[in-house]
Amino acid sequence: MATVSITTTADGDSTTTTRRTGHSAWRALRRNRWGMAALSFLGLVVIAALLAPMLAPHDPQTQDLLGRLAPPFWDADGSAAHLLGTDHLGRDVLSRLIYGSRVSLLVGVCAALLAGVLGATVGLVAGYYGGWADRILMRLADVQLAFPSILLALAVVAFLGNGLWIVIIVLGITGWVAYARVVRSEVLSLKTREFVTEARAIGVGDRTIITRHLLRNVTAPIATIGTLQVASVIVAESALSFLGLGVPASVPTWGSMLADGQLYLGTSWWIAVFPGLALMLTSLSINITGDAIRDATDPKAYRG
Amino acid sequence: MTPLLRISDLTVDFELGHQTAHAVRGVSLDIAEGETLAVVGESGSGKTVTALSILQLNPVPPCVYRSGSITFDGRELLSLGQRGLRSVRGDQIAMIFQDPMTSLNPLKKVGIQIGEALRLHRGTSRRDGRPAVIEALAEAGVPRPEQRADQYPHELSGGLRQRVMIAMALVTRPRLLIADEPTTALDVTVQAQILELLVDLQQRHHMAILLITHDFGVVADVADRVTVMKSGEVVEESDVGPIFAAPGHDYTRRLHAATPRLAPAATTEVDG
Repeated sequence: MATVSITTTADGDSTTTTRRTGHSAWRALRRNRWGMAALSFLGLVVIAALLAPMLAPHDPQTQDLLGRLAPPFWDADGSAAHLLGTDHLGRDVLSRLIYGSRVSLLVGVCAALLAGVLGATVGLVAGYYGGWADRILMRLADVQLAFPSILLALAVVAFLGNGLWIVIIVLGITGWVAYARVVRSEVLSLKTREFVTEARAIGVGDRTIITRHLLRNVTAPIATIGTLQVASVIVAESALSFLGLGVPASVPTWGSMLADGQLYLGTSWWIAVFPGLALMLTSLSINITGDAIRDATDPKAYRG
Repeated sequence: MTPLLRISDLTVDFELGHQTAHAVRGVSLDIAEGETLAVVGESGSGKTVTALSILQLNPVPPCVYRSGSITFDGRELLSLGQRGLRSVRGDQIAMIFQDPMTSLNPLKKVGIQIGEALRLHRGTSRRDGRPAVIEALAEAGVPRPEQRADQYPHELSGGLRQRVMIAMALVTRPRLLIADEPTTALDVTVQAQILELLVDLQQRHHMAILLITHDFGVVADVADRVTVMKSGEVVEESDVGPIFAAPGHDYTRRLHAATPRLAPAATTEVDG
């Protein structure tokens, strides 16, 4: 058959590449120095959270009223027993910091996931079906945006009482709008592409088109928003804990540590400063990592 | 003999706010089993909307199927409903589109995309469908089909992608293939090969082709009969020979004269 012969140009045309393989994305990520630093720090936090009982030098709840408000080890009055000092009840700050990372990461990741699932679903449905579904869902999104999310969280927690999962659900539900909007706009442009018409022409149903064809094409933006969301959820959880409305007081969290430390800020700065630093560095690292991952997986930002 | 596909008096409107665009106005056409009908017209003449109406793939909020009927093998398609339509789409009637660059999902291997119709209509699993997928690729003139099946669309050239599209349409052995400007986005050398391929496959599988095009050169190469459309209406219908020898309608003559030629156009001699 004569038609077989002309396909020599087939391979190399990578200028319109729409997908980066995992391998080259990882190489691009490796070259981003800030990204790697942030990723390393996050790795440390994750390890701290996973191995908290093994890493923490003391029980985070044990009080030692005689040894209260001990300064960090480098201070003249400090001791190597409490590397980062003790708080107003004599509890070891370092141990509480390590245990606190568990709550922060758990809440951050779970709430961001919940928000992602909700938001992506709304965005896919609104974008694909359009019409009334779109109008109703997007007006809901506007309402949600207009309502201060921390206030909503406060109200719900005040009603339902505070528990770890209540906090996760509340923060998850308040975070869906960002996903919904981005996914919807992506879907609006994707669904006019011919491969969606082609899928319909083959006889693929609406639901399969959404789950098999569209969802996979919007995973990159979802992941990027997800990382940003984790950071903001961690901060929001701390804010709730700071106000005493986060997880129960018996569980050490960075937010409640901050709240505990504020009274002693003038005399014993370490109680509040270390959780504050941990919070800042963690959310910063997540943001930087998110940006780095986006850059590394975005084919338009390809740098060789 | 009743035709395989009969469109009679089809009227399709697009309602855009207060305005209504009459995209297709009372179009009728027939395609017999194994025949190639070319629908020719300038852009905006309603030929693509007509083609998309057969499987009702026009975007439905603005599009309204006003009146008329489309029967395929004696069955009315316009009143079939979504479920019935889905069983016809890609099984009895397949479609290929103009732009092979955007017609494939960038994130799925082409073999999987070709096999999708088999999984939907025959319930074939991915593994069981693979031989048919490879065969379809080979039939569509894709070299080294086993390897190509595991590649992503961006790894293929435009011509290869269009062959993948053809393989995707043919894998279920449809009785009617609707090809909407299948060669427009390709360069000239590849165009000729794709057309040759379509003719070859048609003869082998005795498949009817509805070919949408604006290119009279393409028509002369492959079509049995020609329908000329303008502003949503059929202005001329005839066998392919007469339309080149003696175009009956002034519009057909102008459309024909608009075909670019390398040599200065003295007369309109086309053998066919």
